[in-house]
Amino acid sequence: MYAIDVTGLTKRFGDKTVVDNVSMEVKTGEIIGFLGPNGSGKTTSIRMMCGLLRPDAGRGSVLGFDLEKSQLSIKKEVGYMTQKFSFYEDLTIEENLNFVAKLYRLKAAKDQVRSTLDQLGLTTRRHQLAGSLSGGWKQRLALAACTMHRPKLLLLDEPTAGVDPKARRDFWDEIHHLAAEGMTVLVSTHYMDEAERCHRISYISYGKMIAEGTIESVIANSGLVTYLVHGEKLEGVSALLLAEDGVEQVAPFGASLHVVGTERPALERALGKLEGRSGITVKPGETSLEDVFIKFMSDSKDNMS
Amino acid sequence: MTGWFSLTRLWALFLKEFVQMRRDRITFGMMLGIPIMQLLLFGYAINNDPRDLPAALVATGNDPYTRAIVQALEVSDYYRFTTVNSSAAKADQMLVRGEVAFVVTIPSDLAVRMERQEKPQILVEADATDPAASSAAISALPEIARQAFSRVNMTAPEEQRGLEVVVHRRYNPEAISQYNVVPGLLGVILQLTMVMMTSMALTREYERGTMENLLAMPATPAEIMLGKVLPYLGVGAVQVVVVLVAGRLVFDIPFVGSVGLLFATTIIFVFALVLLGYFISTIAKTQMQAMQITFFFFLPSLLLSGFMFPFRGMPDWAQVLGEIFPLTHFLRVIRGVMLKGAEWPDVAASSYALLAFVLGFAVLALLRFKRTLD
Repeated sequence: MYAIDVTGLTKRFGDKTVVDNVSMEVKTGEIIGFLGPNGSGKTTSIRMMCGLLRPDAGRGSVLGFDLEKSQLSIKKEVGYMTQKFSFYEDLTIEENLNFVAKLYRLKAAKDQVRSTLDQLGLTTRRHQLAGSLSGGWKQRLALAACTMHRPKLLLLDEPTAGVDPKARRDFWDEIHHLAAEGMTVLVSTHYMDEAERCHRISYISYGKMIAEGTIESVIANSGLVTYLVHGEKLEGVSALLLAEDGVEQVAPFGASLHVVGTERPALERALGKLEGRSGITVKPGETSLEDVFIKFMSDSKDNMS
Repeated sequence: MTGWFSLTRLWALFLKEFVQMRRDRITFGMMLGIPIMQLLLFGYAINNDPRDLPAALVATGNDPYTRAIVQALEVSDYYRFTTVNSSAAKADQMLVRGEVAFVVTIPSDLAVRMERQEKPQILVEADATDPAASSAAISALPEIARQAFSRVNMTAPEEQRGLEVVVHRRYNPEAISQYNVVPGLLGVILQLTMVMMTSMALTREYERGTMENLLAMPATPAEIMLGKVLPYLGVGAVQVVVVLVAGRLVFDIPFVGSVGLLFATTIIFVFALVLLGYFISTIAKTQMQAMQITFFFFLPSLLLSGFMFPFRGMPDWAQVLGEIFPLTHFLRVIRGVMLKGAEWPDVAASSYALLAFVLGFAVLALLRFKRTLD
């Protein structure tokens, strides 16, 4: 049983194809990371899955409900947290939660709201206007509000943008907690560390699905080879290596350089030029998810221009 | 002399402002279209000296005197007999309903009395709720009578031309214009506030970014619509009470008819208004546009509904146009009930028209409502 099972989703705005033939299968209880650069169609894809946008082509089901015919059923079972805080800033925290609880026709709405306020630790501040909360608190409130009706599928659109590291970690703990209870979670993000907290990832670029799978398999399938160059005075080395064939990325990480290429012999030939330089060591390294994403981004053509 | 005024900077600001203005197509269209439309519309429709006012004739005789009087009235251009050979009761009802502005009653034995030189009377009852509409027609009466007799009995000596024209200014005998204006103002105030407030119902959600969330939750279009307009019914009810009490205490407006009937029809009117506002909010993209569309609607309804100028004094096409405004129908109801003591059968047609607006605007709004962000 798939929580999300869509094929060929396509969305055009004017003559721009923002989402192009995207297919996705997400198993129940999975946390799936949805990655891609700005403007790649992540938000549009999510909106199509929760019935906020009508696909121009493609079909599928969400939680077993047909995407076209059963939008109301989907809305009842899905929780969607928008990128921008979109609860009512001129309502208090409690009023917002009451509103949501009643829209979903929750039984014992009052108790639900009270326990949600307790869990959030906002009971004493429940009469405060939502607009006066800080970014981190707004995010927590939004998450609590869109999970109050115990959705089977949670769609999170860049939920941690502009949130401090401690709040981000708490947030992810909560996500894993919810997934352990059987909730399926799809979360879009820019952050590599967050991608690594997901069971699987999907990478979308300029509307097209580029890669999908576990982090290990995405890295393995990228075919990238990475070497680490250690040493002092690496300033000139970077430019020198980039000029060589076979070197695709050179990125500094602290005192070392990540040198990434697709073909091992060519990469090793290039690194051979460093031999004999004093104080520089070259050794094989592990390709990181970030290396893979940078490659995806430079490979794909920008269709927004 | 550098820095304090630069033509280049002025030009940049000018261009930016112009481009922004042109890009907001509704605004741009209104700025160009409204002046022309309104000039033509109001220039032809508005008439402060209304002529061709509908009148009912209660006369059974068919003698030369009666014919002469009727003819003279019609030739005067002020009176247009839409109903002839009416019974007195029927004519009275038409006056209450505002279907005619005058009832002219000519006694059946007019000819006999004329010949006996008994100075017979003819009765002209005018709907004086709007003093402006009837005053010119009333003041023309002596001249009309004189002309009528110059036709029939040219040879009769002056003193024999005895005919008395009795004028009854019904409902507002002292011709106090507040009697007409204040009840009308209730309609205008309700229209301005109700339509304007609800016209921002959806655009506000869009502009604050809360629409995305609302649409993602399981609320149906009908629930959203009613949830957004019903609170304003309460606000409208308060306004009604305030205006009616002020009308009574400050302006001494008489209240002849049934308060319950007036209140019930007013609620229907307010319901139509808030749904109209909500319909506008399904069209407008920003709160600014919602305001503009509201005013675009507001001015013609003010001028063509019979609030500012006599409805029956407008040309036929303008009267037909006036029927598309809920305010037109509400004015008939409130003036009828408050000033003339109209009862349900008298205001039924207008009330049904208001109900039709409620249904029409609701259906239009639901059709326009977008369940998605497309």
